Amino acid sequence: MAVEEATPLEGLKAELRKESRRAHLNFADLKSGGYIKQTQKDLFTVRLRCPGGRVTTEQMRVASEIAERYGRGTVHLTVRQSIEVPYVHHADFPAVQEMLKGVDWSIATCGPRVRVPTACAGCEYNPNGLGDTQGLCREVDRRFFGTPTGHHKFKISFSGCPIDCFRTREMDLGFQAMVGPRLDEAACNGCTLCVQACEDKALVMQAKLPVRDDSKCNNCGDCIKVCPIDAMLPRQRGWLVRVGGRHGKHPLFAYEVARYVSDEQVFVLIERALAWYRENAEGRERLGAAIQRLGLNRFIDEAIRPTGVEVIDNEADRRPYWTGGNFYDRAAA
Amino acid sequence: MTARRLEQNASAGVPEVPLVDCRGVACPTNFVLVKLALEELDPGGVLDVLLDEGQPMRNVPRSVKEDGHRVVTVEPQEDGSFRLRIRCGA
Ligand code: SF4
Ligand code: SF4
Ligand code: SF4
Repeated sequence: MAVEEATPLEGLKAELRKESRRAHLNFADLKSGGYIKQTQKDLFTVRLRCPGGRVTTEQMRVASEIAERYGRGTVHLTVRQSIEVPYVHHADFPAVQEMLKGVDWSIATCGPRVRVPTACAGCEYNPNGLGDTQGLCREVDRRFFGTPTGHHKFKISFSGCPIDCFRTREMDLGFQAMVGPRLDEAACNGCTLCVQACEDKALVMQAKLPVRDDSKCNNCGDCIKVCPIDAMLPRQRGWLVRVGGRHGKHPLFAYEVARYVSDEQVFVLIERALAWYRENAEGRERLGAAIQRLGLNRFIDEAIRPTGVEVIDNEADRRPYWTGGNFYDRAAA
Repeated sequence: MTARRLEQNASAGVPEVPLVDCRGVACPTNFVLVKLALEELDPGGVLDVLLDEGQPMRNVPRSVKEDGHRVVTVEPQEDGSFRLRIRCGA
């Protein structure tokens, strides 16, 4: 194949192109981590910031446009609800930034930082939902976006009920909505629907009234939702807090450390857990590994208890919230 | 199927409460049958439904409530199913 003979003018143009590409490479942007190096030379995957997997249709259009102009006409939906545009040349980063700015959008983070939080639909329209997962997720993203941890990644997720579609057990910090039921004995007509609805067999009929075994109740609220005359009522609502989970090569199921935590307390807990992680972890250790090394009780005493939330202190109280077969069993054995 | 069962019920000379037999009908088809039957009623009208235990008894009464109707009685049947009387809401 013949080597292309460049005319002097074309050679000059090529030089200029190279120059401008070099000038446009913004290393601060690269470090924040939303651009991920691909196996292909000079090409990157642009990860977009989609807290809770919620984006506007306008943002969708811009993502498509970026993919058409600077990628290869495809986007990739990640397991953590992000939209990624693969095959973007680093010379095009400034143009991509500009387009994102136009719809008040930005790239995501990776590396040793607080990652963009994930969340299910929650109570907004999911019939099982007990908490405003989307609202809280958005606010957590706003307050903690990209906060450096000094060690490793830090993942936060929100699930609207114990079905836990957003796998709060596998997060550094997971929040799952919960509700504690109470019976209005005078109102109850003994119809047994709540007993039928409880999958965990936490309710049994005794003397024509449903009686709850709290050691079995996982606070799903199904009994409340089914009761035709509102004799089963919510006593307490909030978030169940899980810490130290992760997936990856060495997966770990999280510990339940607090319950009935309010929305405001969620922010406080994130701050405290992050501070504890920063101070106590070693190297690239994840939060769960630091907790295993230093002890769950120490973590609870130093990071959780001072916030005044309802702490879960013992294995028996954790039992209704986890599925078994995880490292608790191995640790106990 | 619902319509046929409703007719049989009427022709047997039991005019008062229509019955929707959802035994052996899986979720969410059972709820759809109940919903269609409820649409035939005026607010305040009643309907009987036979539901299997397990998932149908977990799901249907809750969906009925979410749609603004009310389960007024629940009677366990000999075959292990349940007979629910539902009052049509708005
Ligand atoms: S976790 Fe619960 S509320 Fe959230 S999507 Fe799953 S079932 Fe719905
Ligand atoms: S909240 Fe859920 S687990 Fe607890 S008693 Fe009610 S239905 Fe059962
Ligand atoms: S569903 Fe409501 S009325 Fe029926 S037994 Fe349970 S609490 Fe009582």
